[in-house]
Amino acid sequence: MAFLIRQTLLYAVPLMIVALAGVFAERSGVINLALEGMMIFGAYIGVVCMNVMVSLGWFDAVKASGNMWSMQWYVLAAMAVSAMAGCLFSMLLAFAAISLKADQTIGGTALNMMAPALVLFLVRVTAKQNILQLSSGDSATWFMVKKAMWGFEKSYKLSVMGEAFLNKVYLTTYFCILLFVVMAVILYKTRFGLRLRSCGENPQASASLGIDVIRMRYIGVMISGALAGLGGCVFAISTANCSANGEVSGFGFLALAVMIFGNWKPLPIALGAILFGLFKCIAASYSTLDVNGDGYFALANLGLNANFYRMLPYLITLIVLAFTSRSSRAPKAEGIPYDPSMR
Amino acid sequence: MDDPSQGNSDYVIEMNHIRKEFAGIVANDDITLQLRRGEIHALLGENGAGKSTLMSVLFGLYKPDGGEIRKNGQVVKINSPNDATALHIGMVHQHFKLIEVFTVLDNIILGAEDTKFGFLSRKEARARITELSEKYGLRVDLDAKIEDTTVGMQQRVEILKMLYRDNEILIFDEPTAVLTPSEIDELMKIMKNLAAEGKSLLFISHKLNEIMEVSDRVTVLRKGKYVGTVNTKDTNKQELSNMMVGRPVQLVVEKGEAVPGDVILDVSHFSVPSRIHSRNAVSDVSFQVREGEILCIAGIDGNGQTDLVYGLTGIEKSNGGTVSLCGRDITRLSVKKRGEDMSHIPEDRHKHGLILDFTLEQNMVLQRFLEAEFQNRQFIRFNAVREYTQELIERFDVRSALGPLTRARSMSGGNQQKAVIARELDRNKKLIVAVQPTRGLDVGAIEFVHSELVKERDAGKAILLVSLELDEVMSLSDRILVMYEGEIVGEFDPKKVTVQELGLYMTGARRQDGKGGATA
Repeated sequence: MAFLIRQTLLYAVPLMIVALAGVFAERSGVINLALEGMMIFGAYIGVVCMNVMVSLGWFDAVKASGNMWSMQWYVLAAMAVSAMAGCLFSMLLAFAAISLKADQTIGGTALNMMAPALVLFLVRVTAKQNILQLSSGDSATWFMVKKAMWGFEKSYKLSVMGEAFLNKVYLTTYFCILLFVVMAVILYKTRFGLRLRSCGENPQASASLGIDVIRMRYIGVMISGALAGLGGCVFAISTANCSANGEVSGFGFLALAVMIFGNWKPLPIALGAILFGLFKCIAASYSTLDVNGDGYFALANLGLNANFYRMLPYLITLIVLAFTSRSSRAPKAEGIPYDPSMR
Repeated sequence: MDDPSQGNSDYVIEMNHIRKEFAGIVANDDITLQLRRGEIHALLGENGAGKSTLMSVLFGLYKPDGGEIRKNGQVVKINSPNDATALHIGMVHQHFKLIEVFTVLDNIILGAEDTKFGFLSRKEARARITELSEKYGLRVDLDAKIEDTTVGMQQRVEILKMLYRDNEILIFDEPTAVLTPSEIDELMKIMKNLAAEGKSLLFISHKLNEIMEVSDRVTVLRKGKYVGTVNTKDTNKQELSNMMVGRPVQLVVEKGEAVPGDVILDVSHFSVPSRIHSRNAVSDVSFQVREGEILCIAGIDGNGQTDLVYGLTGIEKSNGGTVSLCGRDITRLSVKKRGEDMSHIPEDRHKHGLILDFTLEQNMVLQRFLEAEFQNRQFIRFNAVREYTQELIERFDVRSALGPLTRARSMSGGNQQKAVIARELDRNKKLIVAVQPTRGLDVGAIEFVHSELVKERDAGKAILLVSLELDEVMSLSDRILVMYEGEIVGEFDPKKVTVQELGLYMTGARRQDGKGGATA
């Protein structure tokens, strides 16, 4: 049970934060299909950042000092750098879609094609192989928060909840949940959020009230890029064992689905992300899944083909979208370049 | 009149000698408009007379090429809507500038939000708006989403937006175009209230009744030029319309008694499904149209009129009942087959009336290019098409840059409409379905279209007219049906019913079959 919760959150969190990234762009009026590309780029930059810190000997110093908590500062630093990288990368989309009024679907698709190619190219040039990994150590032993770090003895038995939320977890998970809440509050409770959302619905109305639509859309896309880049970094650290190879196993597209499923609203998105995270978790570990800890592997004993479980998250995406996308309502003006002369 | 060049602080706003050109076309040519404090000043003119341009200049959307704007005697520069807001000038646009998924409250504060510790202070805003809405009698539901509110309430939201920003000069751009009669009455009251509280109102309109009722003074524009300013109490409708058009205009449609003959269109228990929701857009509707009469379907926009016409013309499939035209059951026939006895002036000329990237002459023979007159062994006879188009252009006064070779897209809305009307009336079919035929036309052209329709009626045609303009309904029709929520709720003789009474039926407050109405 503890494993299931922990693992589900691990998958759900990047989905959640990247889906919210999509919300910021689309609520400002720009379709962001490039979430996948931005994640890939952010993941790569995050891993590069980690490698630089390894080569500077910072991690070894931490290990020598014995206080593993200070390692988390480096993790947060890598996330910040990834966010900035994602933000820069998203400027390409912003410039094409807002200033040049290019088709946003095509612009996003172009970035999705460019990001893996660019990352793979850089990886091959620098690492001489198809994957960039930490040059020493691994993310599980370094970045994971374990019960020992809370001061518990190795033999101490945590409750199920304690096991789920305190042992073998990543700080990134909690940081992202906090960030998610903060960003959702910004979107709904602040002047900036109100204005941003108005630009995605009726930019002509916003402009008539003195709101700079172009500026708001740039900010929306850049926040989107930052969150997606950060999400990519989280993905790389927590689920990809701190490696980058030019893909994020479709998490960017899954996040897009979560966003549509969540009707462009934070709370349903969080729920949707957890649902998808659960299925992702089942897909990854169905054979060892032991829900109530009695040594009976229910799913493995069903005798279904392994491929079925691997398909599950994507199959569920397809089915859920088929039923929910009809009633979900996209921001009205998304995808339409803002033209001040149109009234 | 005062010497405008000196400036005069009796006027809260003066626009002196304003000139504005667009690509060689002079939209405003030396126009002067002076607004007194606390008055309702109407701006009257036909479509294209330059009213909207002038107001856009005042609101900072366009930069004038000449002239000056003064506020309280001081010259001011208005380069953007922000400047206008800073000078306390507000505008209710013809197409409301509202965010449909936001609440009324959020729409009012948007762009002028107060915050506390970075968070929106909605509570304080709510208190202020409630106070304003009570003071001016503007009933709104602050927590309703705009998409769930009526057009009338949306307009009150727009007015509250201006008041919330402490605007002193309020511009209303054709505010009554979308309202029902009772909503119009209410708006007039609100406008008088605002003026009594010291606000100065600019009221753009081409509806003479409303101008006579509500305004203190009227400035008339014609073809981008200033015609004059008159006191409302010293003038009358006829004089104003003559000033507006530049020649004496027939305000009342001249028509004799209808002489209804055989039934042409027989609709019985007819239903059309809705494309938006699960219930029928038109349900169980029965009526007949006879030759030599104009039957008018009145109602507020969105009560099934459009769907009824789609069903009758075959654009949309019906799901119940029958339609017969000239004795032939056409319920399941294609649009083309139905067209053999039916002309259709569609509601949306861009969607169903014209192919915008075709030339005018191609559009004129859209249904007819296979007729012997226009083809020779399946090849189009271009000379015949061109001559025919030329003839229609002259007869219906369709103005365009390149005559028959003009792309439909490049023509003005009014001329596109005239082209559609010309084509459909000249097809000479037994039934004419005309949906808002005078939409986007100015007074002179409306007069022409109305007289053409009456002429067709007198020639024995059956005419089904769908209109949202009550003036048009009252003056043109021989019989009126009112539609409400997809049903016909009443049948009237235009000579025996008042506009107010029709309004009650249109809003569902009353119905003739005794089922009882909803609340008004």
